[in-house]
Amino acid sequence: MKKGTLKQILLITDGCSNKGEDPSAVAALAQEQGITVNVIGILDDDQTEEPMGLREVEDIALSGGGISQLVYKQLLSQTVQMVTKQAMTQTLQGVVNSELKEILGSDQTMEDLDPEKRGEIMEVVEDMGETSDLEVLVLIDTSASMQDKLPTVKEALIDLSLSLNARIGRNRFCIYQFPGKRNKDIQKVFDWSPKLDSVSTIFPKLTSGGITPTGPAIKEAIYQFGKKNLLRRFRRNDAPDVEEA
Amino acid sequence: MMHQTWKKPNPYLVPGMQIRGKWNQNVYIIKRKLGEGAIGAVYLCETGRGRQAALKISDKGSSITTEVNVLKAMKQAQEKNLGPYLLDVDDWVKNQNERYSFYVMEYIQGESLPNFIKQKGSAWVGVFMLQLLDDLDKLHQSGWVFGDLKTENLLIAKSPARIRWIDVGGTTKVGRAIKEYTEFYDRGYWGLGSRRAEASYDLFSLVMVFLNIYYPKRFEKRKNTKQQLFRKIDAVRALQPYNDCFKKAVTGKYQSSAQMRREISAVIYKAQKSGEHTKGERIYAVESVGIFLVAIIYYLASVFLF
Repeated sequence: MKKGTLKQILLITDGCSNKGEDPSAVAALAQEQGITVNVIGILDDDQTEEPMGLREVEDIALSGGGISQLVYKQLLSQTVQMVTKQAMTQTLQGVVNSELKEILGSDQTMEDLDPEKRGEIMEVVEDMGETSDLEVLVLIDTSASMQDKLPTVKEALIDLSLSLNARIGRNRFCIYQFPGKRNKDIQKVFDWSPKLDSVSTIFPKLTSGGITPTGPAIKEAIYQFGKKNLLRRFRRNDAPDVEEA
Repeated sequence: MMHQTWKKPNPYLVPGMQIRGKWNQNVYIIKRKLGEGAIGAVYLCETGRGRQAALKISDKGSSITTEVNVLKAMKQAQEKNLGPYLLDVDDWVKNQNERYSFYVMEYIQGESLPNFIKQKGSAWVGVFMLQLLDDLDKLHQSGWVFGDLKTENLLIAKSPARIRWIDVGGTTKVGRAIKEYTEFYDRGYWGLGSRRAEASYDLFSLVMVFLNIYYPKRFEKRKNTKQQLFRKIDAVRALQPYNDCFKKAVTGKYQSSAQMRREISAVIYKAQKSGEHTKGERIYAVESVGIFLVAIIYYLASVFLF
């Protein structure tokens, strides 16, 4: 099996979208293009019930082939790394399952194998998860209510790069905020980089806006992934560390 | 590991319920719930032969498979004292839409480390430290790192008192990224090292396990984490003899558990020696001889009886 690069969008939000197309539909589009969409919904400390606004979170991740989790901000760090890793495993299992279907016939998945064989296959999936390259585009909701949560988000992202950089495979991260300045839906705040340590400097500068254009933001994120791959194709000769997906 | 907020309910098993495995057809009768973690729940059950065992069940099939792989690897390492003994692996088909994976393992009965120390005294600290370092060394030698080493994953089994691992879900191959961790015990959280699986990762957590006995509410990190941990170590009188070893362990100075074990036992030995010679400190001498004797007796007992 060819070693590829896993692509993920990690959406961090605390409310529901109120502008533009349905984020679930856009997430489905992302999955079609091989990009997994994971969503983390941050709860306020005094929230004890599932708020209506965060219903959307699960739907977006479902159609984006990813994982969703609602969490209080104290647990954000652990959740971010867990969601990212679980989504990687899920994607890789999907790849393995489709290979199995080709070998074993139509409806066979890992669960139809006996535990012994499943264990062997799981080892392969784990090896792949440890060694594949990973690209994560982080999409941060910076609408007004998120303002007091941004320091925690920053901590969680630095922690995420610590977890992922312990892997054998390589990582690249970039960060976008939405809404962007001057009515733009999305704005780049941190360009592709293997580490997020240097992220501290940009966080105080994030300003918040009133609207939450989640759908358009995901759409723009897909485009950014595509653009990057296009650029790569031009640069392939100068960048020997970049691998084909 | 994590308190998820709204997760899908695991299969709700009630006492008296029977579970038959799809592949091996073994039947288990559920007795009661023992605990619940990030991946599924653990139940006390009775096997077909009327024996007690622990059954871990989850809707996350792949996580169960991963844990089973670790338990199998430990079984192969022929170290019966590492992790609980694996008895069976199977699926439970509840109905057409619901299928769960489970495994059955040895049921380890015992007490938590902090409770045990509270009742029996700090003289036991050295004993369990040596036992734990021994086990970790065996694990590391066979190419694995424990990962999520924390108070909740340890139990003191009785007669003779022996520290045991009850959850090996975080065990990771050396050189890879730690699979599962808990912030308080994670050197990455404290900014004192990477999350790559190395012997030194476990040794950091080991220190935190023993600190946790004396700081039951744990504590959060401040700016200068190294200084903060050093102060916390210094402040516990019962851990005084091990101060230097602990400081070396949290700053990643030990390359192996065997190395740390040698220094810990040297400390215990020294405590006994200095007790023999300084008559002025009789009380201290009696105390340290006591620590030494108890340590040696139980350590030897645990080595020979297991």
